[in-house]
Amino acid sequence: MTESNAKLEKVSIIISRGTLDGVYPGLIMANGARMEGIEANLFFTFFGLYAILKKFNNKLRIATVGNPALRVPGAKGVPLPTLFGMLPGMSAFATWMMKREMNKLDIPSVPEMLQMIDDAGGNIYACKATVDMFHLSNDDFIPQVKKVLTVGEFYELSHGAQIIFT
Amino acid sequence: MLTKNFNGVTISVNEEGYLTDRTQWTKEIAKAIAKEEGISELTDGHWRVIDFLQKDFIERGTLPSIRRLNTVGGIPTKELYALFPGGPLKKAAKIAGLPKPTSCV
Repeated sequence: MTESNAKLEKVSIIISRGTLDGVYPGLIMANGARMEGIEANLFFTFFGLYAILKKFNNKLRIATVGNPALRVPGAKGVPLPTLFGMLPGMSAFATWMMKREMNKLDIPSVPEMLQMIDDAGGNIYACKATVDMFHLSNDDFIPQVKKVLTVGEFYELSHGAQIIFT
Repeated sequence: MLTKNFNGVTISVNEEGYLTDRTQWTKEIAKAIAKEEGISELTDGHWRVIDFLQKDFIERGTLPSIRRLNTVGGIPTKELYALFPGGPLKKAAKIAGLPKPTSCV
């Protein structure tokens, strides 16, 4: 603890990945910022955009391939060989396990957490380049998405903020 | 141990101003802490939050999350933030004479 009263006032959090474990840290940080009275802007880009697509954001999964830290049956178990990670149902199973643990900690689902962040006064934005690339329109987004932003607009609204890329 | 004096009543607090002995809490102390936190008057809405926090803390031995305040306590998150601006759970817990929140969500 420092003696000064200086406090972080504003954060801009970029979520660029579309796996469950790629999305949650940014959501928890944004919500946590609001809980501390810190202004929070969330910017979804590339596959991270799936977190704010209403058709898909309840279906995010954990990657069981290319994830050497993943262990079974629990976090202190044995590493899951990549070859097994490819088996049908593996990703769904790992996702189910993690969701169950998170529920015990009262961590909401992705759609519920976005609603919570919105209720808490956090702002949710989508990246224009990705929206164009994926051929998306406003109808594809959850209602909490405030605006589709260009990278320039993102920097403008991030004035005075710490920018966190996840 | 640190102490604090509110209108002639001395209570024990930690470095951050949270009560260390819940039994010393009174509604008058709650009002005084609220003033320090920038809430000039505790309305029925505030008391609903404080009452639920205390009830849930006694039942479960831990502070409820903002989600639980919403789903079980029936306090909409938007309302919670409006009632206790700038850190709702921390402020409400402090005013309710409860420990600082320790969970991340």
